[in-house]
Amino acid sequence: MNTTELPVGFGAGQVVILVYSTSRAIRAEKVLFQAGIECKLIPVPRHLSSNCGVCVRIQSADQQAALSALERARVEIEGVHALAEAW
Amino acid sequence: MIYLDNAATSWPKPPEVARAVVHFLEQVGANPGRAGHRRAVEAGRIVYDAREAVAELFGAPDPLRVVFGLNVTEALNLALRGLLRPGDHVITSSIEHNSVMRPLRALEREGIDLTVVRCSPQGFLDPQDVAWALRPNTALIALNHASNVVGSVQPVAEVGRIARRHGALFLVDAAQSGGAYPLDMQADAVDLLAFTGHKSLYGPMGTGGLIVGERVPSERFEPLVMGGTGSLSEHEEQPDFLPDRFESGTPNVVGLAGLEAGVRWVLARGVASIRREEQGLTQRLMDGLRAIPGVTLYGGGDAACQVAVVGFNIAGMSPSEAGLRLDEEYGILCRVGLHCSPAAHRTIGTFPDGTIRFALGAFTTVEEVDAALAAVEDLAGEAR
Repeated sequence: MNTTELPVGFGAGQVVILVYSTSRAIRAEKVLFQAGIECKLIPVPRHLSSNCGVCVRIQSADQQAALSALERARVEIEGVHALAEAW
Repeated sequence: MIYLDNAATSWPKPPEVARAVVHFLEQVGANPGRAGHRRAVEAGRIVYDAREAVAELFGAPDPLRVVFGLNVTEALNLALRGLLRPGDHVITSSIEHNSVMRPLRALEREGIDLTVVRCSPQGFLDPQDVAWALRPNTALIALNHASNVVGSVQPVAEVGRIARRHGALFLVDAAQSGGAYPLDMQADAVDLLAFTGHKSLYGPMGTGGLIVGERVPSERFEPLVMGGTGSLSEHEEQPDFLPDRFESGTPNVVGLAGLEAGVRWVLARGVASIRREEQGLTQRLMDGLRAIPGVTLYGGGDAACQVAVVGFNIAGMSPSEAGLRLDEEYGILCRVGLHCSPAAHRTIGTFPDGTIRFALGAFTTVEEVDAALAAVEDLAGEAR
């Protein structure tokens, strides 16, 4: 998993979780919904990947809870990235 | 009109199926996985929900191992062509449909070894015959779960265990059984389950697929078709993960919306409950046919050992003539002939003329069965 772009101690704002396919994004959405974590599927930001699919946007504060829930549900994650304000 | 051609495609469908199709066309309409807008995501959810429903029905290890395609024929071709290599030995049965037999005969010309294990004239496979046919290079056992000619159900769990012990993969053609007879990938030790959406799953035509079990070596499983998947778009190589590896191009989301509704309807009603009703009607039909002078019933004659597919002939009348008269004079729609299964007809002794096939569904009534029996009695009386 690529987390290099995630600033240490980043707490405010939003992050996106990249997965390998649309079906995985939809699975992630279901898993997070069941875990009570707010999320939205958005187009993958162009600077992160040239995928034409979607990724999962969550609040930064939910990051650890979200990643644990996804790991428990065996959703493979391509990367986690902090979003600039524009996103 | 009495529809007894459910083995070709089920009709009618539960009303939920048409509603789901219309909902997609009118309210969603977007291409899943090709954009990130809300409608595209909603289309993606519909496809994912259909995967979940199918996975639940067949005990698949993971919804993402459900690969959707056009129909069961495509799924069987994918499994056979995608996995088998020259030098591999394959075992199949003499009751197979041409959707298994034709790709295997073509692969035989390309260097695979094929053993066709003979079934009984009633259409049943003895698993011991499969065990005897094993060779060190047996890579796959391909088996029809329920015959589209006589309905005979094969002992998939026993064959699955034989395949596991030998280290071979087990491919099951669930075209006639899926949704109408219990089938579970774990309990029945199935590695590759090919299903169709438009028969006993009550979805629209143009839906089906292959469930790929965890024992299948993905690194040497080649797709039939390659192209855009909406994933890894920066790469010019096909993705190696499921289901994208085997799902190139825009999927049939219209159909899959209906398929999900169909499978949910089957799950809500319960396969066991659908099975119980169909078994009762099938026994009634077979007992009635056997009692008509001049009618020959094929298969085992015991509804406990078959699905609701009944093959018979009327002495002195060709199946094609019987089919035409049943339609024109009695409004009974059925299928006559060889049913794309010459091997099965050879097995039961009805090649090349074929049989008359009555195939019941979840909506077939006792009154319809009795009316069909009365019509056959008329025709048999005339032909004598």
